This record gives sequence, C-alpha cells and structure tokens, in this order.
Amino acid sequence: MTLQGSVWKYGDNVDTDAIIPARYLNMSTAEELARHCMEDIDTRFAGAVCPGDIIVGGENFGCGSSREHAPLALKGAGVSCVIAASFARIFYRNAINIGLPILMCPEAVAGAQPGDELTVDLEAGTIANARTGEVYHTAPFPPFIMSLIEAGGLIPYTREKLKSSL
Amino acid sequence: MRGHTLAEKLIASHGAGRDGVCPGDLVEVGVDVVLANDITAPIALREFASLGVEHVFAPERVVLVADHFAPNKDIKSAGQCQVMREFARAQGLVHHYDVGRMGIEHVLLPEQGLVLPGDMVVGADSHTCTYGALGAFATGMGSTDIAVAMATGSIWMRVPETIRFEYSGTLPPWVGGKDLILYTIGQIGVSGALYMAMEFTGPVVEGLSMADRFTMSNMAIEAGGKAGLFAVDDVTRDYVAGRAQRDYHVYASDADAVYARVVTIDVSAMEPQVAFPHLPENARAVSAAQGVKIDQAVIGSCTNGRLEDLRVAAQVLAGHHVHPDVRCIVIPGTQQVYLDALREGLVETFIAAGAVVSTPTCGPCLGGHMGVLAAGERAISTTNRNFRGRMGHPDSEVYLSSPAVAAASAIAGSIVHPDEVMR
Repeated sequence: MTLQGSVWKYGDNVDTDAIIPARYLNMSTAEELARHCMEDIDTRFAGAVCPGDIIVGGENFGCGSSREHAPLALKGAGVSCVIAASFARIFYRNAINIGLPILMCPEAVAGAQPGDELTVDLEAGTIANARTGEVYHTAPFPPFIMSLIEAGGLIPYTREKLKSSL
Repeated sequence: MRGHTLAEKLIASHGAGRDGVCPGDLVEVGVDVVLANDITAPIALREFASLGVEHVFAPERVVLVADHFAPNKDIKSAGQCQVMREFARAQGLVHHYDVGRMGIEHVLLPEQGLVLPGDMVVGADSHTCTYGALGAFATGMGSTDIAVAMATGSIWMRVPETIRFEYSGTLPPWVGGKDLILYTIGQIGVSGALYMAMEFTGPVVEGLSMADRFTMSNMAIEAGGKAGLFAVDDVTRDYVAGRAQRDYHVYASDADAVYARVVTIDVSAMEPQVAFPHLPENARAVSAAQGVKIDQAVIGSCTNGRLEDLRVAAQVLAGHHVHPDVRCIVIPGTQQVYLDALREGLVETFIAAGAVVSTPTCGPCLGGHMGVLAAGERAISTTNRNFRGRMGHPDSEVYLSSPAVAAASAIAGSIVHPDEVMR
C-alpha cells in the first residue's frame, strides 16, 4: 500500500492529552474526536489537515494515557500514517490494532520539514521525501505484527482465529 | 542457562508455553483480570460486539469501574456509564463498580482483593501498572486489546527487558514513595524505560508501605515502562491477607537474572521532589520550586489517594488554614478510604482547614471535572501527569508532588517544603 501526503511535524513526547484532550473523552467516534485532534498544541491542525496527510513526531510519540481515542482521532482526521523516532508502547499497540499505519524512522523524521510531501510504501518499508529526494528505509515489523496489520487490525485477526478454532 | 527476572517469570507462568521466556519474545498470555473504565469501556464494548462473541471469558474476571467522569459530569458521560452498566448487567459481571460502590480503579481493585500476587492483569487504563506493587504483572493497553482479552481471556505481549532500581540509604523526613519515583523518572526520563519493566529493589523499598509501593508502580508508565514491579514480602502478604479470596502465587527474580540496566540511587540526601511543567521527568528538589505561587492543590488520585496519603496530608493541614488564594481539593480513592478517613477524623481536619473533600473520582487529574484549571492557573497535585493542559486550559500548569508537599503548599499559597509550615 502506498500513502502520500504532506507533513505535519511535531517534537518529542507528543502525549495523548495533546493528540486528544481528556475533556473530549466523553465522545468515542473517530469523526467527533477528529474535530479536536491536536487542538491544544496546534489550533490549525483539525481545520487544515487533508486526507492522506502524515504526522511526523520525535521520540516517545503518543506517551501518556492508554486512550485509543488518540489514534482514532488521527485516523478520523484523515491522517494516513504516523512516522516517529520512537513510539510509546500503548500508542503503538493501539495504532496497529485499529489499522493506523505507524513507522519508526529517526532519519526520515530528521529530514522532514512541515509541508514536505512524503510517499510511504508500507510493503517495501520506504519513505520518500519529494523535496529532498531522499529515500529512507524503516525496520520491518516482526512477522506477528505484520500478520495483525495484514488482517486489518486485532479485531478481524481475532475473529478469524476464533472461527478457525471452532 | 540464564536466570530470569520477575517480569519474565510472571509472563512465563501465564501459559506463554515455555519454561522460560526471553526479552523480545512475542507471546500469548492468559489473563487473570481484565479492567476498563467509563472512558475506555465504551470503545472496548463496541469492539467486543464486533467480535461476534456472546459472552465474556469469565464474568468474575472482567472488572468495570465508573471513575473518570463519574459521578456523571455531563450527559455524554452519563451515556458512557450507561453503556457500561447495561453491558455489566447483560453479561452478569460480578465486579461492576458504579457510584456508591466505586472508587478510583487502581486504589479499588487491590483494596477489594481483586488483584493478587502472581496475577496477569491487563487494563484499558495506562496506570494499570499500579498492581506491580503486589508482585503481579499488570499493564495498560487500549480498548481494542481489552475487548479481545474480555472475549478470549488472553492477549499477546512482548516480553520486556527489565531495569532494576536499587534504593539504598535512609529516607529523610517527608520523603517517600512519590519522591522516589519522581526522582527516578527525573533520572531516566519519560522514555527511559520505554517497553521495559521496572523492578524496584533495595533496603529502602523493603521498608516502604504498600501505599508507597503502589505510588511507585503507578508511575512506571510515566517513564514509558510496561510494568513497575516489587518482590512479594511480608508487607505484601499482610496487605493481601483478609482480602484474597483465591490462591495466589509468589515469584521472584533469580539471583543471576539478566537486566538491561541496573540503576542505584542513594536516598539519604534526597529532598521531597516536585516535577515542573510539562513533563513528569522535570523532577527537582522542592527547594527549587520554593515560592512558586499556586491557585489549586489536589490531594488524591490513583497515585496518592490511599488512607496513608490522606493521613500525611491531614498531619500537615491540622491546625492550619488553606491559603485564601488556594482551592484545596482532597479526594479519597475509594468509599472505604473515605469512610476510614471519616472515622479517623481526617475529613474533619480537612474541612476545618478549608479544604473540600470529594467523593472518589479521577475528575481533576485529567481535567475532567471537580477542579478544572482556567487559563494561567497553576496547581500542585499529587497526581501522575503534568502534560500541557492536563488539568484544564492549555495555558494552565501542573506541578507534581507528594501529599505532604501539596498540603504544605496549600497552606503557604506557594510551593514549600513541609518543614516550612510544620515548624
């Protein structure tokens, strides 16, 4: 699968309160949450993000709460992919589980500026920056994680598993 | 053959299928307890329904607690609690804690004996790691993971490396579990234990109460940790005695266990710690925060809402008055903590000092209700996170501390060492 979009770049330790403030956790659909995504650190984001756009973050992206509302809000906003130097572990699981592609690639993060056009090839594990011409390679997912991604997330994966165990 | 850490043994004992697991292994584990709350359960229950499974794997092992926005703060929150309540009834869940019985989940579950040493616990709340204090493997996950665990009684996880922390020396007055964990996060940073287990050891922690241990395990996630573990000892056994209604198992790290890193910390010269905005890793000695004016002090939460925490706060507040420019909000962690605090006279002490005492709720910790901050306001809080906007307006600030420092600061109107008001 190939993803293409322009970069919204943030720093280290983007926490889940920044991605979706707790005051909106009385809602749970991706559409509702998307309207408030990132609003405490970037008031422009929710109104200006375009389908396919890519979030680029530094170390420990998604730290803090276990709220699945965070990757849901990003997905609902049309974000196609999050690229970061590293991810907090619960955010990492949540994103994989709901089918939001995430990639760890410190070099691509360092080379990206806001507004850059990136093309991500998930199978090949490459990130191409149109402005610089650089192509970065990400570490492949472990086979089990890859099988979750291929199934479309944890729910379809588990549904298949339950079916085959009957 | 290498020795194993407590984390590895706990995971191996839950059906990982091998005698020994190693860091990096991806394994399927059986779970003893699955937890969700009024914020995370609605999504989990939606995903549960989409699995096409009729019943939870065991109605006595799935715990639902209405604590974040309960008592219902608005109509949407009421709807979330309603969804959870209806599911609990339909599934015949034994442990659904609604208003009147509920407490802050991570204070409540150990108090009720629902989590025991040796357990594997997954919860749709990042502070599920609190139960590591009991020698259980407990970790936070998202709603979809929890839906699958509710349905199947099992979940995948990656076996973590372990960092061992050794605390030695003599704890100075007013320095306790909260100060130790804030200092530790200050040392290793908010991603210092990313994907790893933290194991707290040494003569100092052996002398800590369960309340202090829960506080430390609770904040493992603030260093990125997957679990925050203590070995089981007599303090643990005494706590569990009279609460446990099933057998439990005790595991311990081997002497030749392999650690990713060992961090030694001498506590003898440690001051009470305060974490400055906007990250828990910004921990500094309280003297560095001396004089920082505050508008609100919050004493409570899954980090510091236990009876021992309220006793310390009452000890400081007794005979004093909360500064006229400060709102001091005290939140007992559970109905039992509230009742005990009432019987011991702590509640009277708080009210006489000009503090308010709330029913148990997570409320202000995450800017939900019961103490939301306005633009430009600053709080000192015994909670666990001080991210930008955590307690309300994005231009508000949160300083994290122990109950003693929060209570003393409430009296002074600015952040102070407890000695300043206890002279």
